[in-house]
Amino acid sequence: MATTVQDAPAAGLELDVRNAAHRKHPWRWLSALVVLVFAAQLVKMLITNDNFGWDVVWSWLRAESIVRGLGITLMLTVVAMVIGVVLGVLLAVCRISANPLLRGAAGLYIWFFRGTPTLVQLIFFYNLSALLPKLNLGIPFGPVFASVDTNTLITPLLAAILGLGLNEGAYMAEIVRGGLLSVDPGQREAGQALGMKNSRIMKRIILPQAMRFIVPPTGNQVISMVKATALVSVIALSDLLYTAQSIYNRTFETIPMLIVVCLWYLAVTSVLYVVQSFIERHYNRGARHQAPSFWDFLRIRPKGSAA
Amino acid sequence: MSTAVLQARGVRKSFGHTEVLSGIDLDVTPGETVVVLGPSGSGKSTFLRCINLLESLDAGRITVDGRDVGYDVRNGRLHELSPNEIARRRKDIGMVFQQFNLFPHMTALENIIEAPIAVLGEGRREATARAVDLLAEVGLAGREKAYPRQLSGGQQQRVAIARALAMRPKLMLFDEPTSALDPELVGEVLATMKRLASAGLTMVVVTHEISFAREAADRVVFMDAGQVVEQGTPEQVIDNPQHERTRAFLSRFL
Repeated sequence: MATTVQDAPAAGLELDVRNAAHRKHPWRWLSALVVLVFAAQLVKMLITNDNFGWDVVWSWLRAESIVRGLGITLMLTVVAMVIGVVLGVLLAVCRISANPLLRGAAGLYIWFFRGTPTLVQLIFFYNLSALLPKLNLGIPFGPVFASVDTNTLITPLLAAILGLGLNEGAYMAEIVRGGLLSVDPGQREAGQALGMKNSRIMKRIILPQAMRFIVPPTGNQVISMVKATALVSVIALSDLLYTAQSIYNRTFETIPMLIVVCLWYLAVTSVLYVVQSFIERHYNRGARHQAPSFWDFLRIRPKGSAA
Repeated sequence: MSTAVLQARGVRKSFGHTEVLSGIDLDVTPGETVVVLGPSGSGKSTFLRCINLLESLDAGRITVDGRDVGYDVRNGRLHELSPNEIARRRKDIGMVFQQFNLFPHMTALENIIEAPIAVLGEGRREATARAVDLLAEVGLAGREKAYPRQLSGGQQQRVAIARALAMRPKLMLFDEPTSALDPELVGEVLATMKRLASAGLTMVVVTHEISFAREAADRVVFMDAGQVVEQGTPEQVIDNPQHERTRAFLSRFL
């Protein structure tokens, strides 16, 4: 050993890092082995364990009732998210407005809907008739033009839409507000100095820049929403989960039916993941950091790293 | 008096308990280039921002082209205007910011044509043709498709100048336009501004560039502690200042 150290400087000049011996990584190989053993076990179980009932899974996967349940789930996701986004933008604008009453009201809304469980809100809307037997349309404290029985108006579907949408609005409000605040105030001033109206400044200058900060967490919210719609099974709305439950309550094929449900949720969220990556790229025009491409999650080595 | 593009009378402004402007009077006539000098915190940027109402006034009055930006005169009294009406009155006043404030998600061309289309109602083709000319005028021919991030600071500021010019302003405000630039990039922006000044654009320029004041200004205004201390030709104010405060300020640049 001692002689090598002394010889090194003398031999130094013709050495080249290109020919250097690479460091060994014994722990990497060991951990890879452990993972592989677990993976092999998992595959073996998936194949040999008859309780999965893959033939049952396959036969129900595209059954009409399941697909109809999936349709309800997707419809609920879309409608609730649309309500959530519109409400979120309105609430966010109120939260940063100059009017203290609007700020306070929006803050109270967000506090309430974020502070109580979505499940409780759903059941609450489902049972709204117990609180308000009739809903009236008219002048506040004045004459009533139209009146409707709450039980007729608030169907399970409407209760689900209200519960999920109003709840989502509170979360979206905070996401949108964060996005708006991330835009440099100089951008608004530049628009004002050019004589642009506030609505135009918001639409053409502030929002497009805020979108870079709004889209990624909104993608998260959409994916959460797809799964949160499963909560509506408690108010007997025949979404994907409720449909599967009513089938296995009859056939006792619990595990295969739950796998059918999981496969569909995974399929939907995967599609959403792709859509999100495209939207992010669109809003990154002119930005320093490019959004990660859809395929990045498959990359084992991070981009640009040497080894 | 009615020929003045800008008239300011007794303009006062406070932030909290600090009075930033303590009664500013200033007239600017058409085609004139007025350079406002003064130490940091003297209120010169605030005054500039009061002209197009990016800051509201606490007292006094500012008119541009004979009209208040934020008020209407009815029955001998000023009445506050709505935000949309204020926006309409701002379109005649161009502004160039210290930090450029270009829209980062738009190309140089899109930055320039946005307001002419949105505010002046110009057609896209007409606005684009003019934007191409303006970019050439500020020495950036061919950079239409560049995003602000791909341009140097000096180039960004020249795009910002072209963006303000696209509105055919009657008055241009420059708020320390070269203070955020690397020293070697200051010259190109000042050269562009000098060309505009000699072309007869009415300009109010807040800057620390004494050489620009000497070469391009018709009049130099020296401000300190929220007041106009003295004003006159560059020779009078820069070479032969009458007030001690002006002398003290200028001595730092020698």
